[in-house]
Amino acid sequence: MIQQGGVYGADSILLDLEDAVALNQKDAARTLVRNMIQVIDFYDAEVCVRINHLSTPFGLADLEAIVPLQPSAIRYPKTESAEEVANLLQIIEKIEDQHGLPHNKMTLHAMIETAMGVQNVFNIASQFARVDAITIGGQDLTADMNIVYTPDGAGIDFARKRIVMAAKASHIDVIDTVFPDVNDEEGLRRETEYAKRIGFTGKAVINPRQIEIIHAVFTPTEEEIRKAYHIVKEFKKNSEAGIGVFAIDGKMIDAPIVTRAEYILRLANVTVG
Amino acid sequence: MLNSLGREIPEYIEGIGKLEPFQGALTKLRKGWMDEPTIPAPNRAYLPHQSKLCTSLEDAILRSNPHNGMTVSFHHHLRNGDVLLVQTLTILHNLGIREITLASSSLNECHDPILTYLKDGTVTRIFSSGIRSQLGRAIALGVLDIPVVIHSHGGRVRSIHTGKIHIDLAIIAASAADCEGNATGSHGKSAFGSIGYAVIDARYAKQVIVVTDNLVNYPCIPLSISQNFIDLVVVVDSIGDASQIATGTTRITNSPMDLRIAKLAADVIEHSGFFEQGFSFQVGAGGASLAVAKFIREKMKVKGLKGSFMLGGITSYCVDMLNDGLFETIFDVQSFDAVVSNSLLNNRRHIEIQAALYANPFNSGCITNKIDVVVLGALEIDVDFNVNVITGSEGNIRGASGGHSDTSSGAKLTVVVCPSFRGRIPIIKKRVHTIVTPGESVHVLVTERGICVNPAFKELEENLRRAGLNVKDIHDLEIEVDEITGIPAPLEYTDKIVGLVEYRDGTIIDVIHQLKEK
Repeated sequence: MIQQGGVYGADSILLDLEDAVALNQKDAARTLVRNMIQVIDFYDAEVCVRINHLSTPFGLADLEAIVPLQPSAIRYPKTESAEEVANLLQIIEKIEDQHGLPHNKMTLHAMIETAMGVQNVFNIASQFARVDAITIGGQDLTADMNIVYTPDGAGIDFARKRIVMAAKASHIDVIDTVFPDVNDEEGLRRETEYAKRIGFTGKAVINPRQIEIIHAVFTPTEEEIRKAYHIVKEFKKNSEAGIGVFAIDGKMIDAPIVTRAEYILRLANVTVG
Repeated sequence: MLNSLGREIPEYIEGIGKLEPFQGALTKLRKGWMDEPTIPAPNRAYLPHQSKLCTSLEDAILRSNPHNGMTVSFHHHLRNGDVLLVQTLTILHNLGIREITLASSSLNECHDPILTYLKDGTVTRIFSSGIRSQLGRAIALGVLDIPVVIHSHGGRVRSIHTGKIHIDLAIIAASAADCEGNATGSHGKSAFGSIGYAVIDARYAKQVIVVTDNLVNYPCIPLSISQNFIDLVVVVDSIGDASQIATGTTRITNSPMDLRIAKLAADVIEHSGFFEQGFSFQVGAGGASLAVAKFIREKMKVKGLKGSFMLGGITSYCVDMLNDGLFETIFDVQSFDAVVSNSLLNNRRHIEIQAALYANPFNSGCITNKIDVVVLGALEIDVDFNVNVITGSEGNIRGASGGHSDTSSGAKLTVVVCPSFRGRIPIIKKRVHTIVTPGESVHVLVTERGICVNPAFKELEENLRRAGLNVKDIHDLEIEVDEITGIPAPLEYTDKIVGLVEYRDGTIIDVIHQLKEK
């Protein structure tokens, strides 16, 4: 599966050394991932590696094997505090120094999977330049909370929104948890649309068949792009004329609407000439 | 002698005769006629009200002049549920009949028990479109002295017309038949749908036995095969395992890889220039090839297209498209599930066709001459777009020529879909082990890593590039895949030829050498 990871069009591929790997296979998995990253072309996808927590016997060895390869990001599970992140970054930077690598290329994705993590998420998200995304691990979070995961996500809804707010305040990406039922495409679409409505910037998948639906939800439609282009173009024209608020088709266009339009154009990779 | 694809073909083989090398997909057709003479259909006369019913299959065989050196034919519409082929050969073996030529339209895993008859000389020659499993392995290792002849579905018809396959006894399984031998596969507890591959056998065999587990009142309707070709009728408890014949519906694959490839293939078709009102379409019966139909269906609905016909091996998904009003007609030469059998019986726009109409190149125009788009699989494909669908990477004979070369020779757009590697084995080769379909008939290869267009079709390539599809040079893709998988060690063969791959026009497109067993 790893060798085919890049063909499905995912924006980011997570190579997992943590929960997907049996305890007696941790070393084999580490060796496999280390070798695969160096050999396989994942095309345009970012490559992230989820290491084991530093409290386990495997976390440090994972960092020593993976950091020198400088994947796009390291994903750190069950992040609970800013102090933890600081400690992690210290170890990463030490390894980078040993290999003559810069401190600003590889980034960190913090996974929030515990109640404590949810409580401390803003500190985790905001204090470190290298933390450029936070993700919610829904399955582990429900386990930590001793609740049952339900399709409506009620149990983790507060956590979702708190994590999103922390990410927005920190101007970083925030990725929603996986939708576990691979065969329920309508359920995946509904949950992804909800995630988008409350501010998530992406969603994790557990099967390549889920990618297209998630892309369809998060990708601006042609109509949205067309409208956003029009707004930004009019904004530029009015700005040059010294006008801050203007109207399009009778509707007031002010700064927040322009900001939203610019965001859509960035997603669509469109510039206004 | 070398054929036009650079494959070494012997001039003569004992037990087969003189061989003619392949010289191009359409070379022989351009003449406008077939050089080989055809044989007349057998003459018979029956007195009125003679009973054709036999007490058992053995009784029927005994009444059919069994003799050493006879050719016995079967159809493969029962797929892996067939029991009659093994039963028939067992009866012949027990009667002491030897040196039988087996002419089954294809062979499956359920036929493995006849391996013992290959080893002991009961069966000495085989004509078939496909061979698999233990039989395929044993033949690859040289169990037979005379090479098997692998033919296409259309080529089998030609071979029977010319007497190259001269059938002494045809055993025709039917899911319903009457006492005179009118027979069909469209209903009954063992229904399998179209009986298209058996029609030519019925018309040219010296003796024809219909075997059914469902004797119906006269006349059996529909008359897929009519009584004027049938000599004897046998009623048995079961013609095969219904669960292996045709059950339920055919589902579109869930494999992310197959779906990925299928989606890309549908994009290719959409932007090929052939995806337009009235187009005709053929897909495979499973995997990525069938999954293409799912995406084409969606695209047809978006664009408001209606196609003219679907062709070939037909699955329930094709029936759904017909019922959606997306196509005018289905031409069905082989049915893959129970829904198809039912549609064939009840929908006048779902038409049962025989193999001659489907794919024989030597008549006034078979339907493959009219197909617009066909989607096919591959075991291997090389940088010249030649396709192997018969031998595996390990050297076993494990596939079928089927309609591959038939449909690709006629299609305006032949799309081959396959992953770029399977396991650790690259699928794109510098040179395939065995050529079944020549590269000149293949327009485009679609893999998960990119789309390769045959350089002979520049306009198609321009269309696809203009559409923003991921078009790559096949040589570059081959290198890319080799860097992932490494290059497998070559297989070792002896000089003995164990198989001839006959192109649809009767020429030899490739040979299969005996595999050296490790």
